Amino acid sequence: MPEVKTRTISYSTAINEALHEEMERDEKVFLMGEDIALSAISPATAGLGDRFGHERVRNTPISELGFTGAAVGAAMAGYRPVLDMRRIDFMMLAIDPIANQAAKLRYMLGGQVSIPLVIRAPEGGGSQNGPTHSQCLEAWFIQVPGLRVIVPSDPADAKGLLKSAIREDNPVLFVEYRALYSLEGPVPEGDYTEPIGKAAVKREGSDITLIGIGSQARNCLEASDLLAREGIDAEVVDPRTINPLDVEGLAGSVRKTGKCVIAEEGHKSGGVGAEIAASVQEAAFGALKAPIIRVAALDVPVPVHTKLEAIVLPSTEKVVSAAKKLLS
Amino acid sequence: MSEDKAPLSEERMQAMYRDMLRIRRFEETAFELFEQGEVMGGIHVSIGQEGCSVGACSTLREDDAILTTHRGHGHSIAKGTRLPEMMAELLGKATGLCHAKGGSMHIADVSKGHYGAHSIVGSNMPMAVGIGLAFHFEGKGQVAVVFFGDGAANEGSFHESLNLASIWKLPVIFFCENNHFASSTRVQYATSVADISARAGGYDIPGVTVDGMDVLAVHEVMVEAVDRARRGLGPSLIEAKTYRYFGHSRKDPQFGPYRTEEEWNEWKAKDPLLVAEEILGVTETQKKAHLDAVEDELQDALAFARQSPEPEPDDVYEDLYA
Repeated sequence: MPEVKTRTISYSTAINEALHEEMERDEKVFLMGEDIALSAISPATAGLGDRFGHERVRNTPISELGFTGAAVGAAMAGYRPVLDMRRIDFMMLAIDPIANQAAKLRYMLGGQVSIPLVIRAPEGGGSQNGPTHSQCLEAWFIQVPGLRVIVPSDPADAKGLLKSAIREDNPVLFVEYRALYSLEGPVPEGDYTEPIGKAAVKREGSDITLIGIGSQARNCLEASDLLAREGIDAEVVDPRTINPLDVEGLAGSVRKTGKCVIAEEGHKSGGVGAEIAASVQEAAFGALKAPIIRVAALDVPVPVHTKLEAIVLPSTEKVVSAAKKLLS
Repeated sequence: MSEDKAPLSEERMQAMYRDMLRIRRFEETAFELFEQGEVMGGIHVSIGQEGCSVGACSTLREDDAILTTHRGHGHSIAKGTRLPEMMAELLGKATGLCHAKGGSMHIADVSKGHYGAHSIVGSNMPMAVGIGLAFHFEGKGQVAVVFFGDGAANEGSFHESLNLASIWKLPVIFFCENNHFASSTRVQYATSVADISARAGGYDIPGVTVDGMDVLAVHEVMVEAVDRARRGLGPSLIEAKTYRYFGHSRKDPQFGPYRTEEEWNEWKAKDPLLVAEEILGVTETQKKAHLDAVEDELQDALAFARQSPEPEPDDVYEDLYA
């Protein structure tokens, strides 16, 4: 394989680069969202309004239902809208156009339309923003056939998967983890994409599989470093997309290690981890030497106070302790 | 004078009348089939509201867009939707417009500018804004017309859509068919204003109420709104007062708990087909010729639908992802 030239950039810069490059590449791509054109409230959209103008980088009123439905309409009419939801919590006002329209229209209309729509949905806690500004809701959307759901955990995946999402002819919920925005990492130069539907091994190991979703892939990597100091060789696998879910990619690692911890920032009940645990045991039950353990947010809203918030949210330490429990 | 504003020729007026007959007879036939158990799923007929669908769609080009509702057969036909494939969809056939996935509530014929019947009340208005935005980008003078009922005018999506279309000056026409009932709930109970068109004022766009039983009156207000939209002057809200003769759906009687037979008869006296015959000057001979032609077309459509195959089990995954 030829050596890939990389440079180190942040997760949010990677998103910003993907948006610049795809808007440059395809004039049908346009952006909509609150406060994206002028003030660059988010580093992910900085500079786009100046570069591409305010027709294509379109500020919206605070009107999530309206502009999300409008994006579905524009997609039906041949455009490739990319929405900025600011926070996934705000997207709850736009569930109908996402779940009832975008995800179903192609199927329901007998293939007469496609909906090439990307919804960028930053999410997550850890910043004392409280119950309605800290949620991780991707699990809700794997219940909606027709909708791709992408959960990138590092700058390279954020860029490569966002570019793939914008080129995809299906509606995509592209989840971004606010806790990762400043995370830096190597990203290949040039026009670079990552495939939708492929898990990635982020660290090879043989003793235990740590499956980390989004922000928790980072915590699993940190946990693997701590475990290594105690002589435990953990493999970290990141599903990267949860619809489609690369069950074989995840089960392959579990077949090797026989033990599995799944970490996610969403709530435990009915979570992505529950779905992955069920799928992995269906595919690799014979290889499992212990029950699969889930590390997730507790089933309570995310409170403001740092002390309480830390109790609710998953962490590197919680992943380490789950792994040790499995290995003891 | 723009093309849209040219006076209606005799030929076009006859075509409008024939379209109203096509809708009336299609829906009467569909309802019979439904009662005989031949229709897959439910249907909501718009009999009584033909003046709205034909009055509105007769002002549109093929490359203009419409979006409609669960009660959308009339708009579909008026916009040029292919009848055999539409009938096949009602009968749950693989040749149906939606391959038997959508049924009556989701009829669409994108090749004719019909971007779908949408069965979640109010959901089609934001989508119309987006199609209007796409037309604005394209700059070819196309317009998007979204049909909805009085009930949908109380959804948040109505208000967000009017605001977005207004601030962006999009070529979208919001066409409210006020048939006086949201299912069984009377418009006067559910709505803060006597005329829904008054809500246009809150969004600084033209709003007009028109007699929806009069196809020419509807046509005329649409001509104004379409002309405005094509010239880049932005959206309009049209409210057509009309009446559905049938119940909301299957289990709902024509009259009874929420309306009287007397009221029903008052509206039937203003039947849009009778009104059209008078104002368009349709003779008995012409009417007979139209009816014969419509009957032939319907029988052909029904034969096509009946002869078509049902979907195969493997089709269950078809068209989920592009």
